[in-house]
Amino acid sequence: MSTATHKLLKGATGDWEMVIGMEIHAQVTSNAKLFSGASTAFGGEPNTHVSLVDVAMPGMLPVLNEECVRQAVRTGLGLNAKINLRSVFDRKNYFYPDLPQGYQISQYQSPVVGEGEVLVELDGGRSVTIGIERLHLEQDPGKMLHDQSPSLSFIDFNRCGVALMEIVSKPDIRDAEQAKAYVTKLRSIMRYLGTCDGDMEKGSLRADVNVSVRKPGGPLGTRCEIKNMNSITFIGQAIEFEARRQIEILEDGGKIEQETRRFDPNKGETHSMRSKEEAHDYRYFPDPDLLPLEFSQSFVEELKAGLPELPDQKKARFVADFGLSAYDASVLVAERESAVFYETVLDRLGNRARDGKMAANWVINELFGRLNKEGRDVTGSPVSSEQLATIIDLIGEGTISGKIAKDLFEIVWQEGGDPRALVESRGMKQVTDLSAIEKVVDVIIAANPDKAAQVKDKPQSLGWFVGQVMKSSGGKANPQAVNELLKSKLGI
Amino acid sequence: MTDLTSLTLAEARKGLADKTFTSLELTDAHLSAIEKARVLNAFVLETPDQARNMAREADANIARGEVGPLAGIPLGIKDLFATKGVRTTACSKILGNFVPTYESTVTSQLWRDGAVMLGKLNNDEFAMGSANETSCFGPVGNPWRREGSNTTLVPGGSSGGSASAVAALLCMGATATDTGGSIRQPAAFTATVGIKPTYGRCSRWGIVAFASSLDQAGPIARSVRDAAMLLRSMAGHDPKDTTSVDIAVPDYEAAIGKSVKGMKIGIPREYRLDGMPAEIEKLWEAGAQWLKAAGAELVEVSLPHTKYALPAYYIVAPAEASSNLARYDGVRYGLREPAKNITELYENTRASGFGAEVRRRVMIGTYVLSAGYYDAYYLRAQKVRTLIKKDFEDCFAKGVNAILTPATPSAAFGIGEKGGADPVEMYLNDIFTVTVNMAGLPGIAVPSGKDSQGLPLGLQLIGRPFEEETLFSLGEVIEQAAGRFTPARWW
Repeated sequence: MSTATHKLLKGATGDWEMVIGMEIHAQVTSNAKLFSGASTAFGGEPNTHVSLVDVAMPGMLPVLNEECVRQAVRTGLGLNAKINLRSVFDRKNYFYPDLPQGYQISQYQSPVVGEGEVLVELDGGRSVTIGIERLHLEQDPGKMLHDQSPSLSFIDFNRCGVALMEIVSKPDIRDAEQAKAYVTKLRSIMRYLGTCDGDMEKGSLRADVNVSVRKPGGPLGTRCEIKNMNSITFIGQAIEFEARRQIEILEDGGKIEQETRRFDPNKGETHSMRSKEEAHDYRYFPDPDLLPLEFSQSFVEELKAGLPELPDQKKARFVADFGLSAYDASVLVAERESAVFYETVLDRLGNRARDGKMAANWVINELFGRLNKEGRDVTGSPVSSEQLATIIDLIGEGTISGKIAKDLFEIVWQEGGDPRALVESRGMKQVTDLSAIEKVVDVIIAANPDKAAQVKDKPQSLGWFVGQVMKSSGGKANPQAVNELLKSKLGI
Repeated sequence: MTDLTSLTLAEARKGLADKTFTSLELTDAHLSAIEKARVLNAFVLETPDQARNMAREADANIARGEVGPLAGIPLGIKDLFATKGVRTTACSKILGNFVPTYESTVTSQLWRDGAVMLGKLNNDEFAMGSANETSCFGPVGNPWRREGSNTTLVPGGSSGGSASAVAALLCMGATATDTGGSIRQPAAFTATVGIKPTYGRCSRWGIVAFASSLDQAGPIARSVRDAAMLLRSMAGHDPKDTTSVDIAVPDYEAAIGKSVKGMKIGIPREYRLDGMPAEIEKLWEAGAQWLKAAGAELVEVSLPHTKYALPAYYIVAPAEASSNLARYDGVRYGLREPAKNITELYENTRASGFGAEVRRRVMIGTYVLSAGYYDAYYLRAQKVRTLIKKDFEDCFAKGVNAILTPATPSAAFGIGEKGGADPVEMYLNDIFTVTVNMAGLPGIAVPSGKDSQGLPLGLQLIGRPFEEETLFSLGEVIEQAAGRFTPARWW
């Protein structure tokens, strides 16, 4: 499965390989909850987005929200997965105050989406394919609030009943880098599809990570599950820590106990939550309040036809149409917003075929570089796609040089304004008038007779002359014209 | 004027339409009957003010000529139905003084059609029982007594309050629910008519759930015609219950008096139990002959998996119940016992809030769904259920229109007489009725005679899915032949 070499951990007895599987819980983007009409809006006053069904009042019944089914199927299609035309909702029974029914409605033996796979890009142009075991729909529980009273816990049921997609990977992930890249890729796909906003800070995307270690290629070890990770960085840290913890135990002659653990981000450590013996017996059985979920192949086909272009397809198109490097293309498509920005720039370019690749360089190096430096994201960019397209047009047409363009970008970033007008009003236009450049060239040569004499023997010192001319023209001289004039005047 | 409480619903409807009496008079007559019959413990909550207000409103509507199908008819409501602003407890301590902010679909349809609510009726706790002895409000008395005896008998269960109140003329009809026989068995014990419609015919929304795949609402009434009138208002598709079925509700009353000539009536040989009282056997034969005399054809049929129905039922129903009752945890509403931590809160609340029979079924249900036992119990029981359903389908495929059986294996028994040592003794009451729930079919119990001690006995007719009309037509034939039975007032 893996085409990339992965990281092995060194132990006293040699190398160890990590085997990692993940369960991602992704909140479905929908207006209403999975089985009730209550709003899914985030951040409302506690217990204001709650229906009678959500808090399990006596006699209340769930009614499936079809939009959530569509979102799950769309996500399944985005994961190249098998869509099951018949699936079943089961009850997962356990007691917890944030679970009003005393059971979570989930899908156990018959999930709505079956096996699929995801291509995950890694650094250095490597990639790995991670298998998807299944995707199913289930209810999110409410949220316990332990900081409202010294003696009591409070519960906010706003989140209770919101639809989650649980996406279970096969144990194909081999190190922390792959795990992080996998989550990033899933999030990207779902954002493209608009099926999950992927906001880990708000808890829209959480991951349970199963980690075990083994000698490379050896039999699988016993796994531990790290619950409820809500940061990609922490996922990486937790995997590294957990794998090393397990290796240490095994090398000391110990045994790994299958258990559920939690990650403490402050200490960078995982801690035991409960052992296998303490694990719940969920007593799954088909929910008798709901009929099996059945839909036709044409329902699936219709959703498929309406899917947007996904990152892998977009990347291939950028490479083919604009000659981008695979790396640049994957940087641009990694986030839907980045791709949208780039494509809007493309749309506004005067000559897309000529300047498409340059636009990619500008978006990645100048814009993303600057945004990263200031910790902003592309949706809040002070330079709009229209402004950036104009700057690139100005370069492409030869109105300004690349160097001047950087100054112009800075002005637009700081002050805003129409780049074309700015070039005009601030006299930034590239000088292409040969006689004007010639005058400057003559002055520089006349002022530096020694260097002019040397340049025939040391052609590399031509660069010094170019620099002097550019400097004295305020960077506006056309570099190509300067080069040619200097060469002819200096006789090289 | 004759005693207004002795009218049938159909007669009262005519009286109201003709303005012979008002709904308020009719309602007051019943309220006063309820007051005098408190010893029966049929009502757990009387709502006289609400009843009179609804009656006045009905009278005003009738005066304006807006006569709903049940305009001004006073009814009792099983305490399993959520009634907006009116305490709803399922007769369990764990719901405490729970007052819903919502009205069940079935009851809201009754009010839509003009009916008047007299109050909430007693039932077995969470509808778990066959004698109405498990209610936290105490047992219900059956208006019927053995001849020459003062022993108070059970009205059957779980809809014991509904059956007792209808038989004692405390309300013109009542809502009830049936998971394994909870409408038909008490109807048989009290000489009332009870129909459990096809699964999916009535919305379950707003009815406290016992076993979701088996629960159905239906009426208990004084006559077959009354039951037809009530079911018409109660039934119908409800988008809030995805298991309710979107089929138009027919005018059930129109089936009353329709010829049953040429109908094929199946007599299932497996329902002939060893040790069944001769009186029941005799009654069954009499019922068959009445139908034959009306032109129906009798055929012996086989339902080979009948003997597995009760054991399978006592796996499926508790399994669903154990999950359905998990919401009563002391966290959001109802009873909450003091505790030091959340586990203690659950344990203390549920231990004190649930009665013994409910605790027993929750434990059975939890056990049969547990890892390692699921396949052997729950899954197997579901397979049996499929076979039971197939038995009936095979039978109907051969042209059988309805199946005639006894409703119960015995007449009503004394309070505390059964199930004390062995709960199975009580469970056997449902032997003729559970198959119908397992197969999701409609079943009606019609009073058909009395035993040697003067206690009423009933016959059951089982129909094809959504063919309740056939049951009303056949039921009325039995009713006409057997006559109506009213208990002598002792309360």
